[in-house]
Amino acid sequence: MIRAKSSQWITGLFLLLSGHAAFAGWGDLNMTRGVTEISREVYDLHMIIFGVCVLIGIVVFGVMIVSMLMHRKSLGAKPATFHENTRLEYLWTIIPIVILIGLAVPATGTLRAMYDAGESDLDIEVRGLQWKWQYTYLNEDPTREVKFVSNLLTPATEINNQADKGQFYLLEVDEPLVIPVNKRIRFLITSEDVIHAWWVPAFAVKKDAVPGFVHESWAIVEEPGVYRGQCAELCGKDHGFMPIVVHAVEQSEYETWLAGKQEEARLVYETVGKEWTKDELMATGEDVYARVCQTCHQANGQGIPPAFPSLVGTGLSVGPIDAHIDIVVNGKAGTAMQAFGSQLNPAELAAVITYERNAWGNDTGDVLQPSRVNEMLTGGQ
Amino acid sequence: MSAVIEEHHDDHHHGPDKGIMRWVLTTNHKDIGTLYLWFSFIMFLTGGVMALVIRAELFQPGLQLVQPEFFNQMTTMHGLIMVFGAVMPAFVGLANWLVPMMIGAPDMALPRMNNFSFWILPFAFAMLLSSLLMEGGAPNFGWTFYAPLSTDYGPPSTTFFIFGVHLMGISSIMGSINVIVTILNLRAPGMTLMKMPLFVWTWLITAYLLIAVMPVLAGVVTMMLMDIHFNTAFFNAGGGGDPVLFQHVFWFFGHPEVYIMILPAFGVVSAIIPTFARKRLFGYDSMVYATASIAFLSFIVWAHHMFTVGIPIAGELYFMYATMLIAVPTGVKVFNWVATMWQGSMTFETPMLFSIAFVILFTIGGFSGLMLAIVPADFQYHDTYFVVAHFHYVLVPGSVFSIMAAVYYWLPKWTGNMYNETLGKTHFWLSFIGVNITFFPQHFTGLAGMPRRIPDYALQFADYNMISSCGAFLFGFSQLLFLFIVIRTIKGGKKATDQVWEGAHGLEWTIPSPAPYHTFSTPPKDLSEAHG
Repeated sequence: MIRAKSSQWITGLFLLLSGHAAFAGWGDLNMTRGVTEISREVYDLHMIIFGVCVLIGIVVFGVMIVSMLMHRKSLGAKPATFHENTRLEYLWTIIPIVILIGLAVPATGTLRAMYDAGESDLDIEVRGLQWKWQYTYLNEDPTREVKFVSNLLTPATEINNQADKGQFYLLEVDEPLVIPVNKRIRFLITSEDVIHAWWVPAFAVKKDAVPGFVHESWAIVEEPGVYRGQCAELCGKDHGFMPIVVHAVEQSEYETWLAGKQEEARLVYETVGKEWTKDELMATGEDVYARVCQTCHQANGQGIPPAFPSLVGTGLSVGPIDAHIDIVVNGKAGTAMQAFGSQLNPAELAAVITYERNAWGNDTGDVLQPSRVNEMLTGGQ
Repeated sequence: MSAVIEEHHDDHHHGPDKGIMRWVLTTNHKDIGTLYLWFSFIMFLTGGVMALVIRAELFQPGLQLVQPEFFNQMTTMHGLIMVFGAVMPAFVGLANWLVPMMIGAPDMALPRMNNFSFWILPFAFAMLLSSLLMEGGAPNFGWTFYAPLSTDYGPPSTTFFIFGVHLMGISSIMGSINVIVTILNLRAPGMTLMKMPLFVWTWLITAYLLIAVMPVLAGVVTMMLMDIHFNTAFFNAGGGGDPVLFQHVFWFFGHPEVYIMILPAFGVVSAIIPTFARKRLFGYDSMVYATASIAFLSFIVWAHHMFTVGIPIAGELYFMYATMLIAVPTGVKVFNWVATMWQGSMTFETPMLFSIAFVILFTIGGFSGLMLAIVPADFQYHDTYFVVAHFHYVLVPGSVFSIMAAVYYWLPKWTGNMYNETLGKTHFWLSFIGVNITFFPQHFTGLAGMPRRIPDYALQFADYNMISSCGAFLFGFSQLLFLFIVIRTIKGGKKATDQVWEGAHGLEWTIPSPAPYHTFSTPPKDLSEAHG
């Protein structure tokens, strides 16, 4: 693996040094043009400024290089005695100002367009959490509101180099955001804990998710496809592991997907009322734990103290069950422990709490029913 | 009081004390300058090792050497140590050595405070570094320590970090007061402000910037301290505070801070280029005015670090226009350096090589800075490796190269010996190539979409990261050659003349090499050589 890589690297360096244009296999060198009108404007703006900088660079560095080649003592150059020239000083103050105005005008236009949110066709709340994104499709009818959490899908084995890395390594999620094309989508971006930033390069949307504040951004995606992005603001341990995947689909496909999600939500709530067996709870709980809790508390439940406490044989996992439910549902302020009451459904909450109280030799024998969690959730409101 | 003065008078003509106490108790500006410079070099290597840990982890996709928690500690400590431990103290060291010699003063105006402001630093950094060994690890929230990641979610060692920052701030403020008082009061008779060498000018302005913004930094870390330990909610929306307030206050310090790290570099380069072009600095007056304009503008552009935090459009436009304006005085400086070189009679000794590389690579950093100023484009660049490439171009081949240029340029004056030119040039070329291999590809990874501060990355970024890491190791290990050259020069070598360089002008070149322990005990009469 390493050997293959280094030969590739040497070839690449050779291409770079020889000024070869064959960079096809190297991924994009430049900013993406994207799939919205705004993203293309941003790209054009980027290319204009880049071009201006290159031109200025050629002139300034050109003069320097000519000077370095010609005005050398070894060539017998005698130093001139001039050391000021007011006209020249004015000239190279005024010319840059004119160039800057030339750049500021189109930049102002694009920025105004970006800030002109207008009436949206669809509002989606984007909520950053350590270290995943939660999407809520806002709907006037709360029972038809679709809400889910989008987690990194790349398995730990790939990250720890125990398995070959897939094509979309670190840029794949279990449940992508799905949006219709050619509709004006408004993203309402906020955070549950620390500051994150929601960034999809193909839409030229990057906005900080600030806890306690809601920021707005929008996009009209013109081409169906899968668009990938990442959290752009340092948000703690797994900042590098909270990707964003957006599926842009045709309107009809979007509607089918939405109806399916709404039905799924309804089914989940039906299971809340039923009596679960311990084995069912343990099986579901193990899945939920692996998906949600394991990043911090680790697969063996030992955590990474002191930031992420151990769940084995100590603390709330073997203590009073009400306190255990409370910390899972409401989180703990000032720590990385989130309030999972809004992220997981009652069945998942009951299952994962049951799992934690019986796994790794905790063996409390406690079985928590989803109905009881539901009572606590609704009773608490 | 009078006893102190008499005592001072008594040993006035003696040389330095013997042994370790010479360095602990010294009030001599040359000794303190030396202490600052060695301290900053040790910190440069320490922060450099951390950078190499980062680059080693990023050599390939996947987690190989360190876990994300430790990776974040490394990025944080690397930034803090390089900014506060390496670059700033190095410039203070240069100021200590050079300002009195350049203005014809016998010493710094406040020698005991000078001693104190240095000796705070080793303790501040010992405390900061000790947090690596604490439970929960060192600060891991980036050198910008944004709340609430650094407050509600920070490790227990955050409090030590806050105290460390306070100490560094006290040290910087005392150092700045000393520089200002020295320059304003101890200039040789006849040396008006507009006759001062540009290095002295840039340091005078830098010192004012430091005095203006270090208290702001102290304020923001104190607010953090209150939030962490005393249940205030300055930066907690749940208690009526605002996380974005943190960023406003931080960057009100942070933006002038980047000019604190570059203005003295402008001064160094403005001294070296005329020497080796054998021609007076072009546009001295406009250089002074440009420096002052940059310093002023640096106070009114802070939010360009925060274009994505949801500032209203009027704010975005204002900060974009104001930021673009900085390109004007900065351009004036670059054009002046080029005009100084034009029709000179140039030779390319090591200090000149570093200075020319400074002008070219700093300008490249300036170009990417201009690109970052354009708000719509910044939405794509922000918090990516493009930004990392940008600020490393202005800081490494910018500030750090100027410091190296300064060391090669004035080392013969300090030690009385010439350094080995072949080794110096080798060090330059290794550094120049290393820096560009490290940071140039980062422009591409950034544009292609790689966020900064991540311990692992998607596969399309693999090749450029590998190149970048190779460059970093080349640059890092080349600095051991620098250490070797400096030690060798201190121990011996060809004797330097008083003027050292054929084209050098300025009061420091009128005194013997090595500079005697006490210089300009009586002010110089002839100021015709005062600035180049």
